[in-house]
Amino acid sequence: MEDVAKRFGKNTVLDGLNFTVERGERVTLIGPSGSGKTTILRLLMTLEELSGGYIYVDGDPLTYAKRGNRRVKLPNKEVTRIRKRIGMVFQQFNLFPNMTVCENIIEAPVHVLGQSKEEARAKAVDLLDQVGLRDKIDAHPSSLSGGQQQRVAIARALAMEPEILLLDEVTSALDPELVGDVLEVLREVARETDITMLLVTHEMQFAQDVSHRVLMFDEGRVIEEAKPEVMFNNPEHERTKQFLQAIL
Amino acid sequence: MEFDLEFALEAVGPLLMAFLQVTLVVTVAGSVIAALLGLIWAVGQRELPTPIRMVLTWVLDVIRMTPLPLQLLFAVAIFISFDGYRRFPETDVETIGMILGVAVFSVHYSTYMAESYRAGIESIGRGQWEAATALSLPRIRVWRAVIIPQALRATLPSLGNWAIAMFKDTPFLLVILVPEMVAKAKQLGGASYQYTEVFTVAGLIFLAASYPTAVLMRKLEKKLVY
Ligand SMILES: Nc1ncnc2c1ncn2[C@@H]1O[C@H](COP(=O)(O)OP(=O)(O)OP(=O)(O)O)[C@@H](O)[C@H]1O
Ligand SMILES: [Mg+2]
Repeated sequence: MEDVAKRFGKNTVLDGLNFTVERGERVTLIGPSGSGKTTILRLLMTLEELSGGYIYVDGDPLTYAKRGNRRVKLPNKEVTRIRKRIGMVFQQFNLFPNMTVCENIIEAPVHVLGQSKEEARAKAVDLLDQVGLRDKIDAHPSSLSGGQQQRVAIARALAMEPEILLLDEVTSALDPELVGDVLEVLREVARETDITMLLVTHEMQFAQDVSHRVLMFDEGRVIEEAKPEVMFNNPEHERTKQFLQAIL
Repeated sequence: MEFDLEFALEAVGPLLMAFLQVTLVVTVAGSVIAALLGLIWAVGQRELPTPIRMVLTWVLDVIRMTPLPLQLLFAVAIFISFDGYRRFPETDVETIGMILGVAVFSVHYSTYMAESYRAGIESIGRGQWEAATALSLPRIRVWRAVIIPQALRATLPSLGNWAIAMFKDTPFLLVILVPEMVAKAKQLGGASYQYTEVFTVAGLIFLAASYPTAVLMRKLEKKLVY
């Protein structure tokens, strides 16, 4: 991210934000409510319009490119080409209620990646195995618990074989007893794959276990960054100390 | 006043015939076409570039805010001004009337149905669109696989109500001399000035068709809730 800015009307949420995530790195964003964590992930997913600056994925500009000293908007086709490499799991799952679990998972592989239905379904079975929901393959989302729905949503995102996975508070809408299974699935994804992950979470133990680096945000800026052990046990910044104390 | 039961029973046959041949045909064909057109307008209102969208919205408003009988007469007038009857000498006048009727009913009711679809589309949460974007689904696929099926579920009951409303408006066809059931009743009654009987029969036929449909729609509505 280079000089990234985001304004909602007159409200400037991000301004001159710069940070880089390495390939295969897992980074957790923490920070008080309203500090812009969700906004960053949504900008990466192209769900929000970038007000200023540039976002690069593996060197390729995502929505805006620098041409000389002009900032030009990229055509949709180009945006889609890059966006296919990014997947996202939402706080509210956002499964398609009119489709079965299997249809949810194979929709994009079939219609975006051009896989055959059989091929995509075989992969869906593997993914559902991974998230422990193989027997729910033909169920409708409405018949699943929140935790199960979220695990299907993770499988759906993984089915696109993303290089980058964005996870925005994926357990905060869940009943406490359902959080564990979802986090376990994500731990495994972190263990078994080299997908780059950008996550926002209040589950500090989980963040410590899976992430290589933690960024502390406040008012749209990175005020501190460190390895998780350091950040959670021995933060430097006063704001970080206060924030961590408040949530622990 | 006397009610001539025998005369009324005699009228049932021909009226039912007119009902099946005209009223039902116009309603069914009209509803199906209106439902398709309405969907096209509703999607168009979200996808078309702003100037075209504004024109479309304006045209839909104009159609919705002018009376149906006038639109029927207008359609015939246009047809005549293009020398329509002479261009299709083979086709009989009633058939042409019915085709024009179906066209006008479809377009008229499509404007109402478009509003229903619009509400159905708006009732779909932002999260659905965002999930579709996150999966990079092509726009057409988002509509076909995600938005329209869900919107349809929300819209179907209201489409049914519009179809029933259209059904009850079919007597307006008599202004363009299409022999639908009420026109037929008027003709039958006119021969002996016994209107009460024939109109009662026509009314009962309407009721017998629309009441069960309405009940069915209500049942369907309950079933459609997730
Ligand atoms: N669609 C929007 N329209 C207007 N303002 C918005 C919109 N989305 C976010 N904001 C504002 O942007 C700021 C940052 O919001 P964001 O959701 O990114 O914060 P966050 O760090 O994710 O907070 P939380 O921990 O509560 O999820 C907030 O002040 C919020 O009010
Ligand atoms: Mg947030």
